[in-house]
Amino acid sequence: MNQQPMLDLYFLEARHQLIEVAAFLDRVERAGETADFRARAFAEAVKILGSPAKNKAGEVLRAFSDPTVEPIAAATTKAACGAWPGRGESQDITN
Amino acid sequence: MRYIEPHAHMVSRVTDDYDRMVLAGCEAVCEPAFWAGYDRSSVAGFYDYFSQLTDYEPKRAAKHGVKHFSWLGLNSKEAEDVTLAAEVVALIPQFLDRPNVLGIGEIGLNKNSRNELRVLEMQVDLAARHGQLILVHTPHLEDKLKGTRLILDVLKSDRRIRPERVIIDHVEEHTVAMVLDTGMWAGMTLYPETKCTPARAIDMLEQYGQERLWLNSACDWGRSDPLAVPKTAVEMKRRGHLAELVDQVIYQNPGRFLRQCPKFTL
Repeated sequence: MNQQPMLDLYFLEARHQLIEVAAFLDRVERAGETADFRARAFAEAVKILGSPAKNKAGEVLRAFSDPTVEPIAAATTKAACGAWPGRGESQDITN
Repeated sequence: MRYIEPHAHMVSRVTDDYDRMVLAGCEAVCEPAFWAGYDRSSVAGFYDYFSQLTDYEPKRAAKHGVKHFSWLGLNSKEAEDVTLAAEVVALIPQFLDRPNVLGIGEIGLNKNSRNELRVLEMQVDLAARHGQLILVHTPHLEDKLKGTRLILDVLKSDRRIRPERVIIDHVEEHTVAMVLDTGMWAGMTLYPETKCTPARAIDMLEQYGQERLWLNSACDWGRSDPLAVPKTAVEMKRRGHLAELVDQVIYQNPGRFLRQCPKFTL
């Protein structure tokens, strides 16, 4: 392998994506939607970015995941929304 | 460049996609059965779909110079109706001898419900009884971690299932290790928004080795890119990987897994 510098390859792209995340958080706050379970899950996941975790991508994915182990009684929707709403909370979303 | 597209839903793609894939070096397309975007109302709908996958679609692909293979199964999105699912499972054996059928797939879980799990067990049993390869779909987004664990538990508890004959698809950074630890294969799906980007897929190749991993586009009628595999190959080269390794990942690896079914020849 002819190793290329990762920063040369990906810095500008990652910088762009990070600013998009920052702008998204501003937008959600302005809209008054920070109490939504998706926004709360997002805020928890963002904390991982500054942590010393070795597998930050995996940890972010875990932060959005259903942590339970038992199958649910029945599927009431076919779709996933990207964040676990928590036990007893509705997963119905408006969009 | 040469490559195998091991997971693509070509019935939902236009013929121009076949042309572009062949131009990019695609030598074979493998198409698992999937959800049509709506629930079929009867087993007859599945009969027609399986006929399309095993008769019409290979002919359409051949016109564009690429071999077409298929997997048969019931997608977990249609598994809440267990009675219909059982009828579909009973229908599948009459198609298994068709020349392009590689095995049972894509089966798995969607919302991780009890009925989905029951239908998964039925289809794993079907594969075991007929000595078929298995291609597994893991759930989306927040359901993937739990669903992958449940799926692996089902497969590991059936002693007839040989792990090297199972591919667990759509792995991401939080599920890839647990799949590879079982001795099964892992598939990384390259999507514009969900699942993996090319850069993340290459990260996983670098961290977890290239022995039992493959790449696929899983292109369908949603946001997806039928050229995602060759684009990832270009990204591997940009990152400095040698052509031999790229060939192993996008051509030799899927070939090695799929040739466990004697019908897979190029």
